[in-house]
Amino acid sequence: MKKEDVPQDESNIKAANYKELCYAVDEDGNYTTVNSTGWTPKAIALNNAIENINERVEEAKTRVLNNQTSPIEYYMEFHKMDVGILASYVGLWKWRVKRHFKPRVFNKLSKKTLQKYADVFNVSIAQLKDISLHGN
Amino acid sequence: MEIKFTHHQSAHCENGVVSNLMKHHGFQISEPMVFGIGSGLLFCYIPFLMVNHAPAITYRAMPGFIFKRFAKRVGIKIKREKFKNVKNAKQRLDDNLKNNNPVGLQVGVYNLMYFPDEYRFHFNAHNLVVYGKNNDTYLISDPVMEHVTTLTDKQLEDVRFAKGAFAPKGHMYYPTFIPKEMPLEKAIIKGIKHTCRDMLAPVPIVGVKGIRMVARLIRKWPKKKGAKVANHYLGQIVRMQEEIGTGGGGFRYIYAAFLQEASVILNNPKLHTLSKEMTHIGDLWRDFALDASRIYKNRSGKTDGYNNIAAQLDHIANKEEVFFKTLKKAIK
Repeated sequence: MKKEDVPQDESNIKAANYKELCYAVDEDGNYTTVNSTGWTPKAIALNNAIENINERVEEAKTRVLNNQTSPIEYYMEFHKMDVGILASYVGLWKWRVKRHFKPRVFNKLSKKTLQKYADVFNVSIAQLKDISLHGN
Repeated sequence: MEIKFTHHQSAHCENGVVSNLMKHHGFQISEPMVFGIGSGLLFCYIPFLMVNHAPAITYRAMPGFIFKRFAKRVGIKIKREKFKNVKNAKQRLDDNLKNNNPVGLQVGVYNLMYFPDEYRFHFNAHNLVVYGKNNDTYLISDPVMEHVTTLTDKQLEDVRFAKGAFAPKGHMYYPTFIPKEMPLEKAIIKGIKHTCRDMLAPVPIVGVKGIRMVARLIRKWPKKKGAKVANHYLGQIVRMQEEIGTGGGGFRYIYAAFLQEASVILNNPKLHTLSKEMTHIGDLWRDFALDASRIYKNRSGKTDGYNNIAAQLDHIANKEEVFFKTLKKAIK
């Protein structure tokens, strides 16, 4: 890549006023570094990934409201986690976390276990039990 | 307290931390030099590790390996510490700062407050340097940032004890012994040999073979996984290839810069020619990303598009195979 070809596109990092460093060759063929404000293919990939996460959050929300899953799954998606990551944050086995997705099991959880989840998600137990309180 | 530490921005965090620490100790070692000697360049498809709900592809050596190899090859001794206890981790960090010793830390990105929100996902192999502390605020030199920044006590604790794959467990590292002189010639040759061996490894998911394997998979995705998942996987490949701290095309350029520097130190003009070839391969990786982005931008599930970019990957694999075979001979 030539120095003048280093992309300076609109992107999420540009919006946040960041610049990243790229390696490129100058007129004499020597390597140098240039700051870049971003590149469209990356911006699209990132935006798609974010949309994807938002979709997953919305889906989880609907399923919580229909009583098909517990609020834990909603909060997990909200924090961009998967079961493995959540399990290591709360310090439980994966199968136990998955089991806690069942509303029937979730409703019987001890205060101690609920508190673990609440701490990881940075919410109160009331918010953990009722996702409509989330963000208030 | 504040240690006199000069921050330089770099393209990749681990190289940057090592290069900045070396400069701090009086050796002008560039980022590409660290990357080359530490054999940072790699391609590996990791089907059993899912990142953001897509199979992981890495374009670099395992976190920590670059510094480990670099240190061994130039004769530096490094001390690494991991902690079970949060308090100990903090105490050891503070002790080092008191002794005027800037340290490298491995951290998780999700709680890294100075990153833009969109970039904060669960990735635990980011690196930064702590070079001081004012009251409860740590002074941070994060090599991918343009300028130095800060984190509070609590914020630093959160990122040092992030959980999930590659959990850092408070991982802290710093050189304990640095030789008076640092001849690079032998280290460079070792680094190059290692990279050639990795890229030409007879393992289906590694190096050139790994690239071909991913090409084969891409052809299958639209039929096997449906347009939506195939699009998502493709987007993830490009993100892992080009995003901050990773980078396939980007890494190829850093490697080309390394070869250029190495050709001067070793007085070997062949490496200069190979550097140009590597730049060309980097351009091909970028073309691949650009064409892949057209597919996921239009959310297309058409197999022609996927076949086309898979063919591009095959072409890259062929080029890299020839490249690393030539490189191996060039340093004999």
